[in-house]
Amino acid sequence: MATAPAPPKSPTGRHLESPWRARLRLMRRGLATNWSLFWESRIGPIGLFIILFYGLLAVAHPILMATIWDPEIYDPIIGYDPNPGPAWHMEKVNQYLVPKHPAPPSAKHWLGTDPWGRDIFSQLAYSARAEFFLGVMAALITVIIGTLVAAVSAYYGGFVDTFFMRLADVVLLFPVIAFLIVLGGMFQLNMYSLALVLGIIGGFGGITIVLKSQALSIKVKPFIEAAKVAGGSHLHVILRHIIPNLLPLSFLYMMFNVTSAIFSEAVLSFFGILNLQMSWGMMVQMANISGYLTGDAITKAWWIFFPASVSITALCAAFYLVGRGLDEIVNPRLRKM
Amino acid sequence: MWKYLFKRLIQIVITLYIYASIVFIIVYMQPGDISQIYINDPQIPPEAREALLERLGLNQPVHIQYINFMKNLFTGNLGISFSQYPRPVWELIKERLPRTVALFVIATLLYFSLGFYLGKLIAWKRGGLIDYSATVIGVVLFTVYTPWFAILLLWIFGYKLGWLPIGKFNDPLLWRQYEIDQNLVFGYIVGVGGAALLFLFVVFLLGRKLYLPRALRWTIHLGALGLVTAVIVYLLWSTTIGLLARDILYHMILPAITVTLIAFGGTMLLMRDSMLEVTREDYVLAAKAKGLPDKAVRDKHAARNALLPVVTSFVLALAFTVDGGIITETIFSWPGMGLLLLQAVLEEDMPLAIGALVFTGIFALVAHLVADILYAFLDPRIRYD
Repeated sequence: MATAPAPPKSPTGRHLESPWRARLRLMRRGLATNWSLFWESRIGPIGLFIILFYGLLAVAHPILMATIWDPEIYDPIIGYDPNPGPAWHMEKVNQYLVPKHPAPPSAKHWLGTDPWGRDIFSQLAYSARAEFFLGVMAALITVIIGTLVAAVSAYYGGFVDTFFMRLADVVLLFPVIAFLIVLGGMFQLNMYSLALVLGIIGGFGGITIVLKSQALSIKVKPFIEAAKVAGGSHLHVILRHIIPNLLPLSFLYMMFNVTSAIFSEAVLSFFGILNLQMSWGMMVQMANISGYLTGDAITKAWWIFFPASVSITALCAAFYLVGRGLDEIVNPRLRKM
Repeated sequence: MWKYLFKRLIQIVITLYIYASIVFIIVYMQPGDISQIYINDPQIPPEAREALLERLGLNQPVHIQYINFMKNLFTGNLGISFSQYPRPVWELIKERLPRTVALFVIATLLYFSLGFYLGKLIAWKRGGLIDYSATVIGVVLFTVYTPWFAILLLWIFGYKLGWLPIGKFNDPLLWRQYEIDQNLVFGYIVGVGGAALLFLFVVFLLGRKLYLPRALRWTIHLGALGLVTAVIVYLLWSTTIGLLARDILYHMILPAITVTLIAFGGTMLLMRDSMLEVTREDYVLAAKAKGLPDKAVRDKHAARNALLPVVTSFVLALAFTVDGGIITETIFSWPGMGLLLLQAVLEEDMPLAIGALVFTGIFALVAHLVADILYAFLDPRIRYD
């Protein structure tokens, strides 16, 4: 009977762990250190909690729609509530009780209804998903483009470098909102195309300059030289050595880009340029076009624009705070001494 | 250095050319043209619309239009606005520019001072309650949904309390009593304000460089400050232009405060990070070990060296004041460059849209160069060659 080969022994006599397990252990330890640094920053976790809250909201919406909410009433886009609560929410017209919209918050409509009789809370939760999608999508595109461009232009230098840096200058020159207004006149911008446009503008803009200066400092490290000496091709060095070292910084900037993407969407919706059915910006815009943002009307129905505006602010601030928290991990010079 | 400057100037011209071309293409690609505005007007038959297109040169092929446009651009001619025919684009920009510059330069100065001061403070008291609360408040205001925030402020101060005017930059009832050009008044505001700041800056700089005794220096500083305040108060309250300038400044309070509140967070966090890096330096430790008072180490040794990135971003922010803020100007109905651009884009006024974009572009490009040069000037370790 053949015996299984004994595991190799280390000089100290103990069994060596497999490289995979070692890598996993190191990763876990790294994550734990980073997590404690992130936790100590205190502002990072605040942001994370807000993001989790809106994430839960986004997940809860389809579940609520499928279970306890009647789609006829609670649909965020075509719902209508003919009976929005107690009698004082109703108006008497020719002896008939007619629903009065916008109805204030009640047990039936937690955040009230809008002038068309739709549930605000349902709209808010429904839009949360779209905001997450837009923010993360735009930021991902930005970061992928930015990281690749930065790595390539730092590695090759010369003409490629000059080209991309001057391109970044040109992109930085554009007043983004005005540019998007022009684009909105040409194309019907929806969430997908907006994410793409914002991602591309961001990717070739300021982020490349920041990431390139980081890539330059990586390029002169000895391990790059070692990889080249060992016969690594250009592609190998860029993909396996420069980009992995850029990723922490890219991830950090991704957070800031999520903020700017969500903010741009909200502002463009406010100007009435996007072709969306529902979003937080659209909720405020609809309050605006129905006259609830002018003069004393602000006090009449605060619930139709406060939840959306506060959500935009909160989610933008949350991603920014998480970015600041990550900054303390990525940027050791900011750590406490 | 000269070689570097020359190289950068050539790059600026090339960048500007590419930028103008992209702007031209994007604006040209928009569907429709200026004549479409009259499409529903039965008074204007199709022939008249075609005549309009011909007169404006819009029926020529694209490449001819492009070549004409570029030729005019590099001879400093931005063309004639379509929507406000026959006023040249330059005239419109000249009309709008002082309003925007006056508002946004004041706001930029305000938010940079506030951000600089707070950033310095919270970096020094790192980890304290004030650090966390200032960071969170700064970030929330920095990312606040601007239209909502501005409308709330307008409602509170303009409508509910009635302290400040709602929108626009002057009171027509007051202005129609005098035949004074609005831009003259704006020019005075910018000119007098700039002169006062320059005077104060020179006095403070001299006070530091001359190594005067502390008491004398303070007297001179306070005297200069008092003098400037007295002159400004005299000008505001004695002349007609002063009266009108007061009206404008009164209308400017709310937008300026809004921009300050929204933007100071960025400067504060930049200053904080820069400060945190500097406080690790050996000379800060040496200054502390010498037994210098905490405030002196913070203000003289740490903050001044941490100022570099803030100065660069300040120069860029100043350049972008010509751009104005589309959101701020829309909400406060402040008819400046931002609204001009928005209006031009919405009305398909090609020369005006391109002109406004190119004009702001030139400012921004030159500001980049100035920021780089200033950086080398302030930090002698940086050399361009």
